[in-house]
Amino acid sequence: MKNIATRQAYGEALREFGADPKIIVLDADLSKSTKTDLFHKAYPDRFFGCGIAEANMVGVAAGLASCGKTVFVSSFAMFAACRPFEQIRNSVCYPRLNVKIGATHAGISVGQDGATHQSLEDIAVMRTLPEMTVINPTDAVETRWAVKAAIDHDGPVYLRLGRDAVPVINDAEDYVFQLGKGVELAPGNDITIIGTGGMLFRALEARSILERENIYCRVVNIHTIKPIDEDMIFRAARETRGIVTAEEHTVIGGLGSAVSEVVAKSCPVPMEFIGMPDCFGVSGKSEELFTHFGMTARDIADAARRLVKRG
Amino acid sequence: MEKSTDLVLRKTANAIRKNVLRGVFNAQSGHIGGSFSVADVLAYLYFRELRIDPQNPQDPTRDRLVLSKGHCAPALYSALALRGFFDIGEMERYRQMGSMLQGHPDKNKVPGIDMSSGSLGQGISAAVGIALNAKIDKSDYRVYAVLGDGELEEGQVWESAMFAARYKLDNLTAIIDNNGLQIDEKVEDVMSGHPIADRFKAFGWVVFETDGHDFASLEKVFEDCRKAEGIPHAVVAHTVKGRGVSFMENNLEWHGSPPNAEQYELAMRELDALQATLEANGI
Repeated sequence: MKNIATRQAYGEALREFGADPKIIVLDADLSKSTKTDLFHKAYPDRFFGCGIAEANMVGVAAGLASCGKTVFVSSFAMFAACRPFEQIRNSVCYPRLNVKIGATHAGISVGQDGATHQSLEDIAVMRTLPEMTVINPTDAVETRWAVKAAIDHDGPVYLRLGRDAVPVINDAEDYVFQLGKGVELAPGNDITIIGTGGMLFRALEARSILERENIYCRVVNIHTIKPIDEDMIFRAARETRGIVTAEEHTVIGGLGSAVSEVVAKSCPVPMEFIGMPDCFGVSGKSEELFTHFGMTARDIADAARRLVKRG
Repeated sequence: MEKSTDLVLRKTANAIRKNVLRGVFNAQSGHIGGSFSVADVLAYLYFRELRIDPQNPQDPTRDRLVLSKGHCAPALYSALALRGFFDIGEMERYRQMGSMLQGHPDKNKVPGIDMSSGSLGQGISAAVGIALNAKIDKSDYRVYAVLGDGELEEGQVWESAMFAARYKLDNLTAIIDNNGLQIDEKVEDVMSGHPIADRFKAFGWVVFETDGHDFASLEKVFEDCRKAEGIPHAVVAHTVKGRGVSFMENNLEWHGSPPNAEQYELAMRELDALQATLEANGI
């Protein structure tokens, strides 16, 4: 299985789809890391470095978008979503402008930079914003399609991307990305594991572990957290005995909350939430952190077993 | 400036103030002080400076204005309505449920509003983005951002100032409505904002100062702005908060409080008296 970072795929997709003269890319002194430098090299006239000044970057994007441009702004998720939250709310979402936030280095997998750089709240805050679409692609293939979808979508989009290389799961030739539609990655009628982003390869690993114990898990990829695929979640709730959510994000307000908001409406089922417990991260290697905070395939499998035991 | 032009602009600014007063009184909510201080600047911009067409408010080649001090929306609404973008009667419904005239400007609801604003410091960044867009498109439209002096306390203003200088946005003019008062106290007592001109100069802008209530002076500085090439311009407009009504002038109380019926009558009487004087001058 090939490993590619979603930020790498993001930069390549911007370069690929960037021929459209309406596309403008802004970055805040991190273009080598966010990979927007690939666009910069291809289209130097439509790339603007904003310096380390994210609030203004978002406002400049809003101004450009108000004149008909499709504007990508990029930085690490902490500085692209959390720092200019209010600018995104009032200057982008309220006027409903075509600003797409390419937020890289999300989650604990940024590792050794530690808690200040580990964005674990961005899904929660971005999905509270009216007009905002929130996409958390699983792998390089999905990221490419997500960038295309963001360009085609009329309105603000938050694209959540990671630093580390992650396995390419969606390598089927006929892979189709639809905004707001979940993808069933594996069948099963005992428990459903609903994952997002870089947690899905772990969910598939957990499924393999449980299969050996004759527990069959359905694995669902929710790449679009808002608007969320309610039908697919309802089906999982009706057809299986419980749902485990898996996300590289705090368990408060992210995918797990979004899924539970859906099932609580008409078919409540027991749920388990894999994600960052309510605490700050620490410095460490990426995999050490996943183990330390209980976010490995083994932890997902344990959660599914707990649901089976609850009956 | 010809005397007749000056008189027309004074009458227009007075009409803006009357509509502000009416709107705020009717809503029992809104900002009179800063709307009055900026009324002359807006009258000048909308009736002398901006290349705009009320019949085609989305014309891509139009000049743009972003009211970064968005709480002074009633002055902007009045100017737009008087300029023909919508019926002045809408002012009756300012801040009311169901009205297009929100407490702060909403670009998607009101014809002639180029950017939603109200959260201080954000409008100037959007204006910078719009000015950058003109450069990308090689279009000759100009962009005006109107800020309050208290607003300069927001760090984002200086982020945008750096950006505008870096990208040589000589099609951008920031106008500082320098009335010296903010909600709590005088600007200089809250957080010294001075010297404004030197600060913008340090950020790589060319700065002009003017009496913000003197149309001949405004005409001169906007002419000077158009001549400045390769550099963004700031106009520090020295103004009086509450300008136009004697008991509101330089009075902190009128930042955001609506008048009662008696105060409304007194204020309107003063504005009407000025109107009568201007008309007696043959306008």
